[in-house]
Amino acid sequence: MEILIALAVVASIALLAGVLLAVISHFFGVEKSKDLKEISACLPGVNCGACGYKGCDDYAAALARGEAQPNRCIPGADTTARALSELLGIEIEKPKDVVAFVHCNGHCEAASMKARYEGMKSCRSAAMVYGGPKSCRFGCLGFGECAAVCPTGAICMKDGIAHIDFERCIGCGLCQSICPKKIISMVPRTSPVVVMCSSTDKGAEARRVCQNACIGCKKCERSCPHGAITVTNNLAKIDYDKCTGCGTCVDSCPTGCLKSRFSPVPFCESEA
Amino acid sequence: MDLMKSLIVILLSSVLVNNYVLSRFLGICPFLGVSKKLDQATGMGVSVTAVMLLATAVTWPIQHLLLDRVGLGYMQTIIFILVIAALVQMLELILKRFFPALHKNLGVYLPLITTNCAVLGVAINNITDGYSFLESIVSSLGCGLGFLLAMVLFSGMRSRIDETNIPKPFRGLAVTLIAASFISLAFMGFAGVVDALFA
Repeated sequence: MEILIALAVVASIALLAGVLLAVISHFFGVEKSKDLKEISACLPGVNCGACGYKGCDDYAAALARGEAQPNRCIPGADTTARALSELLGIEIEKPKDVVAFVHCNGHCEAASMKARYEGMKSCRSAAMVYGGPKSCRFGCLGFGECAAVCPTGAICMKDGIAHIDFERCIGCGLCQSICPKKIISMVPRTSPVVVMCSSTDKGAEARRVCQNACIGCKKCERSCPHGAITVTNNLAKIDYDKCTGCGTCVDSCPTGCLKSRFSPVPFCESEA
Repeated sequence: MDLMKSLIVILLSSVLVNNYVLSRFLGICPFLGVSKKLDQATGMGVSVTAVMLLATAVTWPIQHLLLDRVGLGYMQTIIFILVIAALVQMLELILKRFFPALHKNLGVYLPLITTNCAVLGVAINNITDGYSFLESIVSSLGCGLGFLLAMVLFSGMRSRIDETNIPKPFRGLAVTLIAASFISLAFMGFAGVVDALFA
């Protein structure tokens, strides 16, 4: 008998809660717009957040507002991207073809040392000791952690700095994440001009520790006919959307830290 | 006057001495999961406080007016889970309809709280401690504020941790758990303080 009472009580409370919820959602519920419903139907609905939004609904809302690309869904992969681009009539943007680049040209002759380091032959351990033996606190330490991690052998160490072979680089970004100095970044494979320095020190100081440093003189910024270069924190930065590769900046740079990719930069010949 | 005093004791002790996260170890999941950033931690803390208050306001009458009358006290846990889950869903619907801005900020946390053990723990502990309705409300307010306090403190701690160079074996969850244990130990220092204050 008692168990029947218990059952009845639980069941009636559940029923009451259910009915209340149904009533509230019927009267107060916010209708999803039709577009949003259709977009949501294309998404897998697992709310993993891999797209960078707070779950599938948030991504759908961003898509509906036209703020997001349809190829962001990782679990849905190609199928979802195609369905979304069909539904919304947006072309899927191809992922950019990028390669890694070491923004440092402080080779043995150009950059001075402040100490002799005799610890483990590893950039990350060297970087833990007062930022490493190089005078420049931004420079490549040259122990080749990036070369060791590169899956295609595209990085070689020459004259104490790392060089990346653009032909072999697949743009995976492993070297970028392992570099303790954070001087490797991804640039478009076709980028015509590169900044070979990462120093944000003031000009005089940067020049004192390395002949090849960017001294933030802004000559490139002024000379660039397309406004593609900006100097912030004493360091030139190229906007590859605007750069046409005319090479004016390369000619104007007094320290030679702006290099044209077609000029003979010491890239690795196969060493083996 | 005595009532006022006992309410203050309940409030302070549930914030500091019997802190749900740091002394009773309930609600560890959101404590570790959502404490990375201060704004998220505050959002979660506020949501939990609101839900705790609401849950107590509903479960206390259910226990005393329904379950105790028909001798179903042992069904407490199941029925409370049922009621709180439904309640949070309703709250979310209503927020979404009438306070979209609030829902946008706090709404993501509400489904996470639905079956949170700290919320259930507050509802059940208020009954077992034999609190009156008013005392229960004050106690759940205190528990919620204590949760908020723990979240805010811990998010500050975690942002400091993120900036330091931690030995590899300790990185990630390991150092977070160690930090949580330290902050918990620190809160143990409050034991006896509130009783002594009003002795």
